[in-house]
Amino acid sequence: MKNLPHVDAVIIGGGWTGLLMAHELAKHTPLSVAVLERGGARQSADYAGGMDELEFNVRFRMMQDYGLETVTLRYTSRDRAVPIRQLGNFLPGLGTGGAGEHWGAVCPRYVADLFELYTKTVERYGAKRLPEDHAVVDWGVTWNEIEPYYTRGDKLLGVSGKAGNIRGKLIAGGNPFEGPRSEEYPTPPMKLPYVSSLFEDAAKKLGYHPYPNPAATPSVPYINPDGVSRPGCAYCGFCDRFGCMIGAKAQPTNTLLPLVQRQKSVSLRNNCSVRRIVFDKTAKRATGVQYVDANGEESFQPADVVFLGSWTLNNTRLLLLSGIGQAYDPATGKGTVGRNLTHQVNAPTQVFIEKPLNRFMGAAATGVCVSDFDGDAFDHSNLPFLRGGTFRVAGTGFQPVVSFGVVPSTVKARWGSEWKKAAIDWYDKVGTIGFAGEHIAYKTNYMDLDPRYKDHLGDPLLRLTLTWHENERNMVAFASAKANELARAMGAKEIIPAPSYERYDARRYQSTHVQGGTIMGRSPEASVVNPWGQSWELPNLFIMGASTFPQNGAANPTTSVLAFAYRTADAVIGRYLKSPAPLA
Amino acid sequence: MYSLDRKVSRISAQDRSPQDQSGKSSKAPAQTLRIPLRFFTETEAAIIAAAASRIFPSDDAGPGAREAGVVIYIDRQLAGPWGRDAHRYTHEPFDDGLVAEFGYQGKANPREIYRQGLKGLAGFDALTPAQQDEKLKQIESSLFFTTLRRNTIEGMFCDPIHGGNADMVGWQLIGFPGPRMSNFTDIDTHYGQAFRPKPVSLKQVSANPVRPSEEGT
Repeated sequence: MKNLPHVDAVIIGGGWTGLLMAHELAKHTPLSVAVLERGGARQSADYAGGMDELEFNVRFRMMQDYGLETVTLRYTSRDRAVPIRQLGNFLPGLGTGGAGEHWGAVCPRYVADLFELYTKTVERYGAKRLPEDHAVVDWGVTWNEIEPYYTRGDKLLGVSGKAGNIRGKLIAGGNPFEGPRSEEYPTPPMKLPYVSSLFEDAAKKLGYHPYPNPAATPSVPYINPDGVSRPGCAYCGFCDRFGCMIGAKAQPTNTLLPLVQRQKSVSLRNNCSVRRIVFDKTAKRATGVQYVDANGEESFQPADVVFLGSWTLNNTRLLLLSGIGQAYDPATGKGTVGRNLTHQVNAPTQVFIEKPLNRFMGAAATGVCVSDFDGDAFDHSNLPFLRGGTFRVAGTGFQPVVSFGVVPSTVKARWGSEWKKAAIDWYDKVGTIGFAGEHIAYKTNYMDLDPRYKDHLGDPLLRLTLTWHENERNMVAFASAKANELARAMGAKEIIPAPSYERYDARRYQSTHVQGGTIMGRSPEASVVNPWGQSWELPNLFIMGASTFPQNGAANPTTSVLAFAYRTADAVIGRYLKSPAPLA
Repeated sequence: MYSLDRKVSRISAQDRSPQDQSGKSSKAPAQTLRIPLRFFTETEAAIIAAAASRIFPSDDAGPGAREAGVVIYIDRQLAGPWGRDAHRYTHEPFDDGLVAEFGYQGKANPREIYRQGLKGLAGFDALTPAQQDEKLKQIESSLFFTTLRRNTIEGMFCDPIHGGNADMVGWQLIGFPGPRMSNFTDIDTHYGQAFRPKPVSLKQVSANPVRPSEEGT
């Protein structure tokens, strides 16, 4: 193994959080920084010739290569796990920018009470209402503490939207159920595709409070506080699973990378897969990281501070592979690494409308939301579930390979002339009402290392033990009934309800919003990091990303990930570097 | 080599020079293209072309798999990294007897799935359409058929850069305009009205289209 010259800080992962931290450190400190990214170099200009559905939306060119590495899955700790052999339920990224390059740019914040979920739920409904095997906890952070960091995240991205609550004052046209914001959105709402306008009208008719989906594909050209400019969205419809052709969609490569590349103190190394965080157990210190480069050469990079900002599941895997902290054991409840695995509860309803929708136009994040059934905005006293989610009709550009073939139930054929004719007739007349719901944590949903399967380097794969519970099933049933009413109000001739939540389905794209494993909290017995992302075990190790989130909020997590990364950066720069010790 | 007989599509007809159009009937002439095969034998290609044509027929509703060149698309995909499962996790052991929700757990890659499926379709291209449909109904729950059906849809509607959707016939059929760089002025107009701009392909809009993965790096 090659011993490399010492750097002050090493950052694992060149995505949103890694580049954000590199930028903050370079801006505010003289530290030398190495960023290690397992995938290749990418830049915003690479995407100009990439509007190819097959290559990006079907063959998933921007995603992690499952030929090298995947995860295994089982439903309970009694089962034997098998590998998820092809991309499906989530889509991890690969290369500079990570999944932040191919994301859809849907940018809501979490509801304000999510951070105190245990306390608030018990206050309103009593402890007995929580499911018997729940692992619901408070995060150790309150809305007022995190809100300023959300605002910084919104400004970094130039999020388009309409505030519904500024400092407690409700504003018509925004989301009245959101936590109070300190400011209006950086850019005004995006233009709406027809299907979203139909949904908006339907929601109003039913007495709900529709509002524009917060979007990091800004409606107008935008210059962020760092002086980085991007054009406004052109509604080409190639967002989700693509890099943006014109650089409008906020991506690490068009917001943070240009700044980081300018900094002499930062070196970004591509094709470097970190295999272990090396630490001194006695001194309780991480001493650096061990990684393998594109040529297969192993190196040890010593550093004073280690930042772990890989894709959410890989954060957990790297701690387990490194032997940092105690692996969670569901039988005893002991150990913390791997606990509180959650996945967003997504339940799409397809709506047949007898009008052409021109669905090729749009952006994944332009649309209309309804949050009347989000979080605890509605009374759950007499409902068979806790929490809720947001309905969303977005203008995700309909691309034909993945969307052709939806036919009304009267057509039984799935091939041949009858099917073909019906599928052509209905091709541009089917909309989707999305529902994104919270997934509370359970003692039985967790991660550890798989005893049977290994990656291409010979390291054990991460094993997910994950299944849906009654709370999710009942929430989806409730949401589907509401979606049905909304669909009827949109003029639906036919409705295809959300797929079954009987069993977790590794084939269907759920979302890339899988969370937990290295959760934050107020005690080392029940969490992996403190509310600043600092490891309880090794105080010079900081973990960033959704792996630190103890619950899955309904909202898509990127702005929350950015907010917590900014909070970690402030704590490190303002306090830790001055006095390297556990933060409190 | 595979002979792809197809009618000149609407777009091409519009684009023809005036001399070409003069003196010709409205019925466009058939063109025959000879396209080299990368994976299939000629016999296999004829069978897959025939089967894809029953899945997505050429009929009163418009052109189908034959005009789009679906078999050319599939041939290239099978010859490329997808055909050999380059990006699928293929470590042993392969467990079976699991619920379907765990996704495909088999060992066979797409090339092997096709070769296995073709064994049961000898002489398929010589059957009548009704006999072909009958034969396909017998295998419609097989992995081979579901793969072929999925690949047929891909070959109908992918960018022509991949060998299918020749002359953008698939896109014309459903009114998809392809990679249109900006819909800024159109997104919130045309509410309730079909807006069908003339399709463009990736090569037409970009000087440097991303190189298809089946063409290698």
